[in-house]
Order: sequence, then C-alpha cells, then structure tokens
Amino acid sequence: MAILDSINPTLTAGWHRPDVRDLARDTGWRLKDYEARGGYQALKKLFAEKMTPEQVIAEVKTSVLRGRGGAGFPTGLKWSFMPKNAAGEKYIVCNTDEGEPGTFKDRDIMRLDPHAVIEGMIIAGYAMGAQRGYNYIHGEIFELYQRFEEALEEARAAGYLGRNILGSGFDFELFAHHGWGAYICGEETALLESIEGKKGQPRYKPPFPANVGLYGCPTTINNTESLASIPYIIRHGGQAFLDLGKPNNGGTKLFSVSGHVNKPGNYEVPLGTPFAKLLEMAGGMRGGRKLKAVIPGGSSAPVLPADIIMDCTLDYDSIAKAGSMLGSGAVIVMDETVCMVKALERLSWFYYEESCGQCTPCREGTGWLYKMIHRIEHGQGRAEDLDLLDDVAKNIMGRTICALGDAAALPVISFVKHFRDEFAYHIEHKRCLVPPEVQRAGSTFHTRLMAGATC
Amino acid sequence: MLSEATLQKIDREIAKYPAEQKQSAVMAALRLAQQEKGWLAPETIAFVARYLGMAEMAVYEVATFYNMYDLAPVGKYKITVCTNLPCALSGGVHAADYLKQKLGIDFNETTPDGKFTLKEGECMGACGDAPVMLVNNVHMRCFMTPEEIDRLLAECE
Repeated sequence: MAILDSINPTLTAGWHRPDVRDLARDTGWRLKDYEARGGYQALKKLFAEKMTPEQVIAEVKTSVLRGRGGAGFPTGLKWSFMPKNAAGEKYIVCNTDEGEPGTFKDRDIMRLDPHAVIEGMIIAGYAMGAQRGYNYIHGEIFELYQRFEEALEEARAAGYLGRNILGSGFDFELFAHHGWGAYICGEETALLESIEGKKGQPRYKPPFPANVGLYGCPTTINNTESLASIPYIIRHGGQAFLDLGKPNNGGTKLFSVSGHVNKPGNYEVPLGTPFAKLLEMAGGMRGGRKLKAVIPGGSSAPVLPADIIMDCTLDYDSIAKAGSMLGSGAVIVMDETVCMVKALERLSWFYYEESCGQCTPCREGTGWLYKMIHRIEHGQGRAEDLDLLDDVAKNIMGRTICALGDAAALPVISFVKHFRDEFAYHIEHKRCLVPPEVQRAGSTFHTRLMAGATC
Repeated sequence: MLSEATLQKIDREIAKYPAEQKQSAVMAALRLAQQEKGWLAPETIAFVARYLGMAEMAVYEVATFYNMYDLAPVGKYKITVCTNLPCALSGGVHAADYLKQKLGIDFNETTPDGKFTLKEGECMGACGDAPVMLVNNVHMRCFMTPEEIDRLLAECE
C-alpha cells in the first residue's frame, strides 16, 4: 500500500492501495476512478461559478498552501507574481523531478493519482493565463512517466485538456517531459534548461521565471504535491484547507518516512502533527532500538538529534525554530547503530557527484568536503579537519547560483555541530564509535513487508 | 541509422514542443536511440544532432550530463542499485554486496558473458521501498531482499 496511514486525508482520500510491485494490475489511477472520487469537480465548479483568475489565486492565498517541493514558499503568492497582461505564451511547469534523498511522495502521487496533478495544472493555467504546461518527471520513474502519458490521453479524450475546455472558452495543453538522471534538475531553473534541451545548469536569478522562464516566457514552476493539492482548495475553499493544518501552515502533507522505522512509507498528516505521532504511525523504531537522529526534510535539511526532534511538531515553523527545515517532508530516521561520520560521508558523496560544476565554490567545495569526511571515516582525519569542514561548508553557502551549494553545506555543518564528539573520536582513535558489525547489522535488509504491512 | 519506429517516437516527442524548439526533444531522442542501440556511440549522437538540427557538441553535452545515458557498451541487463543513505539504512548496501558476490563483478563492471552490468545509483525517489534497483534504466524493482534479487536474476535471460 502506498499510503500506510493518514489523519484527515485530503490528497490521498479514496486512493486505491495496490501492490507497488505490480503496476500492471493497478488501475485505480484511471480517469473513471478519479472522477468517482470527485475528480475534475474543482475544474467544473470553477467554470460553473465563473470564478475569475484573481478569485482562484485569492483562494490559494487563503489556503496558505506552502510549496511542497522543499522551499515552503506560499503558492498563492508565487502565482500572483506572473505578469497579468503580458503578450505571448506563458507556461505552467510541474516539478516531478523528485530526487532529494529521503523523498518519495511525488512518485506515489504520480502512481496513484496522476489526474489530480493534471487538474491542478489546468486550474493553475487558468489562474495565471497560461495555455501550455509541462510536467518534468524524474528519470528513474519511467514507468510512471508512461502512465502519466496515458492519463494525459484520457484527459484529452474527455475534453479536460485542449481547446475550449468544458465549453469554457479556456484552452490548455499539457505535456510530459522525462528526465534522465540529474538531481540538479529539481532546481527550477535547471529544470527549465533541461526542458529546453540543454545541460541542467541553474540560471542566475533575477530575472525570475515569472518574468523570464521557459523559452524566455513567463513561467511558474510548482511541485507535484502542491499542484495536486489545488483541486481540494478550489472545491472546498482555501479556508477549509488552512483549517486542516495550523496558522501559516495550511493543509495536510505527505511525509515520506525512511530509515530505521518498522514501516517505512508515506503518511498523510495535518501540518502541526507531533513528530512522535508520525514515528508511532510508522511502526516505531525498528527492533525497539533507540532513536539517535532525524533528518526531517530531505537530505539537504540539517540533522536534528533525538531529543530536539521529539519535541517538534511537523510544520514549517516548528522545524525551522528547531534549526532545520521541513523541506520536502522526507523524514530520514536513524537509530543508535548509525555512525554519523559514515552517514555524512555518503551524503557528501551524493552532493559531490551531483554538483553541476558551474560554480567554483560548489564544484570544488563539495569534493573537498567529501575528501575530508572520507579520510576521517577511514582513520586518517586530522585534528584541524573539524574546523576546516565548518569553514569550507560556510564558504560554499551563499556563494553559488543555486541552492545545491547550501544543500551540500547544511548537512556537514549540522552533523559536525550536533555530533562533534563522534567526529573527534574518529580522528583521535582512528575508528568508529559504533563498531562496524553493529552498524552493518543495524542497517541490514528491512522492508515494511517484513514488519507485517501489506505492501 | 535509427529505425523507422524509433524515428516515429522521436517525432512524437518533437511535437510536444513549440515548432522552433525541436532541441527540447533531445533528451527523449537520446533515450530512444540508446534503447534501440544499447548505448550511445559517437555516430549515434551525431545522427541525433543532425535529426534535430543541433550542433553535435550540444547533443554531446546533454549525453554526458545526465547519468543514465551510456556512452560505452553495457551488458544486456544494466542493474543500478541505490546506496544513498535512506536506502543504505534498510539494506541498500547489503543488496549491492549480494549482487556483486552473485555476479562476481564490482560496480561499473560487466560480466564476461556480457549479460550484466552493475552500477551504483543515486536517489531514485523510492526510499520507502528499499532496497531499490533499476533495470535497464526503465524498470524499478522494490524490496530487493536476497530472495527477490535471486528472482530478478533468474528472470533475466
């Protein structure tokens, strides 16, 4: 099952829960099923009530839907940045390039509810006066790219896409663009470069995409989950969505829980839900072991030790106050068998591997960080390395075109800050504080099936 | 150079973009070319460039930037294993080790019979289903315990 549990579900209400290993037999995503659970009612309501684009944007602003891709920027405000009366083409782009380690929510939306994304994009197009859209889909989920193409065909055949949609006079065309393996394309301007058929290297901002975006035209890029949340907001009103969460943090959100829990998977809960509740829903700690640390918002978010995260609620403000970020809602749970140096070594390799190479501080800095952490992990660390790690990381931050530099630096700064003793032990004793055999046993094969979940 | 069927598929991709933006189809064209040829040889890249009216270097830049383009021949089955942190916490590294031992090869190597190539992958966006593997870039396999890995290898003919 894709959503293992939920509290007040909106996005995932009525979702079928097929076995993830059997895509062919899973049909609940199709148009007729989506319509049966209220799909495309928001679009029909919008046209029937003759809502103006301004009214649509006002509802989204009222909802305080904050960007679900990681930045948490208010979606309604972003939509209002699009120029109103610009001549020529405008674009809506959906960012389904979900590659932030720990994040796997958009994959389930694409697998089980692709029409929600399509409906959200049509509404977004109407609100911003755009007649063309692209959904940029993560390279590794080719099967779901094919499914999205099928969903688009269904929507075209039913008159939800194309000319004069449902007799409204509004035209909107939507296409799928498939990525081919580049984390950086999750950065919105790199994503635009990629759609234009180039290397995915981020652009300088300003100009912002709302003014100069895809093919030089005004463009708004939103995350998959953000767009899939739009139909609910239009059907039930922005206030109803806001009321599901807490002030300044509207709605429910999907949380992807991975790591040392009994039932890794996606959970939909209202923003403001205590972290402890999510941990309980995920079946608690694997083997009853002790929680050591949590990365609460995808690998780029600063790590938080157990005592801090256990006091947090899951919303943008609480996690920010604790010194991290809610990010994409990807909760990576680590227990006492984890060596924090080794964990950071793997993450640092990832950023080094995925740096696009455009900015010197990131291209050179990510390699330098990895090299230092690698040598500490392998018993060759030097006494001055801890301060140097901090220094290099802080010299990457804010000195690059895009946020990948910061994303590489924040884990390093936070791991060293909260687990400095463990790093120092490595340097002094030339070995891990946690014995390698304990680490290995602690991270052996584990699936939610092994914990008794159905899928 | 490429089959009629592949060219038709490329044409369908071109049609997704404004008429003057054929270059937008380059990622799909390279993917389709790779699916037909098994890998992207320099002459295949040159052909794609001519077909889309692009400079060869611009196509080469794309082919070398994205991880899943193969610029050298690979085995009939390319298996990519995610070992990033979230997967590693649930057996991702164990799965990779098991595959290495079964196939007798390391990452970035191909079995002598040309059947399997093993690659280490970065996040595939499926961490909750770890261990996760990708077969020939397009088929994702989840919950890859040793029994499941054995089943996968048996399916590969």
